[in-house]
Amino acid sequence: MTDATNIAPSGGVAQTERPQRSRTSPIIGAKLKGLSDRSIAWLFISPTILLLLAINIFPLIWAIYLSFTNYRANKPGVPVKWIGLRNYEQILSSEDIWGYLQVTAHFVVFSIALQVILGFGLALLINKRFKGHATWTTVILLPMMLSPAVVGYFWTYLFQPQAGIFNYIVGFFAGIAPDSFTMIGDVNLSPWAIVLVDTWMWTPYVMLICLAGLRSIPDYIYEAAEIDRASQWRQFWHITVPMVLPFLMLAVLFRAIENFKMFDMVVDLTSGGPGSATELASINLKREAFENWRTGYSSAFAIILFVTVFGAANIYVKFLNKVKQR
Amino acid sequence: MSAAAESARTVLEPSPRTKWLSGAFVILYALVASIPLVWIFMTGFKTPQDAIHYPPKVFFDPSLEGYVNLFTTRTRQTPEYMASLPPAETWYDALVRTRNMVIAGPSPFGGRYVNSLIVGFGSTFLAVFLGTLAAYGFSRFKVPIKDDLLFFILSTRMMPPIAVAIPIYLMYRALGLSDTHLGLIILYTAVNISLAVWLLKGFIDEIPPEYEEAAMIDGYTRFQAFRMAVLPQAVTGIAATAIFCLIFSWNEYAFALLLTSGTAQTAPPFIPTIIGEGGLDWPAVGAGTTLFLLPIVVFTILLRKHLLRGITFGAVRK
Repeated sequence: MTDATNIAPSGGVAQTERPQRSRTSPIIGAKLKGLSDRSIAWLFISPTILLLLAINIFPLIWAIYLSFTNYRANKPGVPVKWIGLRNYEQILSSEDIWGYLQVTAHFVVFSIALQVILGFGLALLINKRFKGHATWTTVILLPMMLSPAVVGYFWTYLFQPQAGIFNYIVGFFAGIAPDSFTMIGDVNLSPWAIVLVDTWMWTPYVMLICLAGLRSIPDYIYEAAEIDRASQWRQFWHITVPMVLPFLMLAVLFRAIENFKMFDMVVDLTSGGPGSATELASINLKREAFENWRTGYSSAFAIILFVTVFGAANIYVKFLNKVKQR
Repeated sequence: MSAAAESARTVLEPSPRTKWLSGAFVILYALVASIPLVWIFMTGFKTPQDAIHYPPKVFFDPSLEGYVNLFTTRTRQTPEYMASLPPAETWYDALVRTRNMVIAGPSPFGGRYVNSLIVGFGSTFLAVFLGTLAAYGFSRFKVPIKDDLLFFILSTRMMPPIAVAIPIYLMYRALGLSDTHLGLIILYTAVNISLAVWLLKGFIDEIPPEYEEAAMIDGYTRFQAFRMAVLPQAVTGIAATAIFCLIFSWNEYAFALLLTSGTAQTAPPFIPTIIGEGGLDWPAVGAGTTLFLLPIVVFTILLRKHLLRGITFGAVRK
């Protein structure tokens, strides 16, 4: 606060001393006014750093501490007991947890695979710059700008076996009765329902990044290939794919991190059901933390998930950098 | 332009047939992908019967019942009581009365929508304000461990919110920030600020520092030079950043669900709780969803040019 009050007077002083200032270097001039460039820099940057420390780092350290205790947030009166690694032991030896991680892996792998195929394909087509491509690109982008929770919820309506438009369209094309299947009430189909909605929502994201990759390829490379009489296939495999690959990998990284912690869309679509067919790790985490109130246990689970994401992302980025350097 | 360059360009230009086919596929995808949105928009104008009709109705008589139900709470009355009422004064009174109901009062939706606006704009303003300062600081000054700080700011974005949700919940409960606008504003600011710093640094880097130097030689202070030479040039970047922050705060759900229960609850956790007489009131859900999505759709159209930078933290440049 004291720093902030210094600003106003120094600004005023600068006005009156203007003639003297012009004789010296502007940087030295600024220093003479009592506030060095370095302190201005810190003044500008520190609020952001402090906010992030308070809302991210401090809670993270707190979560690490809680993960070694048996604390329950709904019973604040009970003294907190340090129980060492017992929470971690319990999680890593629980078969249910491995089941949730399997569901999560299925969701992440299949939805990203679909998004990569569709997104890259769409980007290639849009890059042909047909008439009106900008307008249609904007239409395609809309789903990814919406609230995942609201998206998840209105898809429950589209998936209704009786009145839902999804079953009707699929039934019409597949030649089966629309009410003969239910996407979110069926143990076998519901994992695919969340993959489908996620793909609908996030294909535009992958498409957009691929498009950036395609536009970054200079024309002269293709011109040279044309002169060498390289076939379209060879051009695609030896120019387009390698040049877009780093972008595509970046998109996969961002999507994988997002999908691994995915929570809102699936909660409103299936809330983990039926049974635990779509119980993602993050949904189970929320259940343990805010329904069963096993605060210490769920903190340990959160730390495990966090470390997994961070570790995997770091390994992936090293790999990505190797691909870039080629 | 030389003849060689001319011929190379025509070689690279896709054939009309390729263009036509590509266009057809993209438009087909766009149309199919739009069905869910168009359908939910249409549902907002259906009657409850039409909304659950089998087979689904593509053509129907539009009704504003969904919108009336979204904004009101109603009570069912006996036919005798309905007959004893004076004639309805407004069209929405009349509409509700055809269902043997009377309007009991406003629904919470309006309030939730206002909460979304307060929290959305509040956190956007704070994130952009602090983000602009920090971005300028990083862009123009020699800051020790600058790269580490920038990476630290970015890495907070990678952290799963659920990892810090429990301590934040406890912290907010202790500080009395649970279920307050301020609590959500601070939280969303912290989430948005990493994006704001990274995006704005990219925009400010592109403004030549000579402008401020010239202003400072003229005798202005750093702050005055920043205000007069940098801010006006960074306006488009600031606007684009603001819209990205607003979209995030507008759509956020997990923290809104965990940290609010009544007074400060935003619209996303509320929409799934819209329930009518005899089950889910899909027209009201459709109406609420439409009203909620509308600003984002408008922003997306406005934002088209900046989208790429926003979703990749400016890491990908055109």
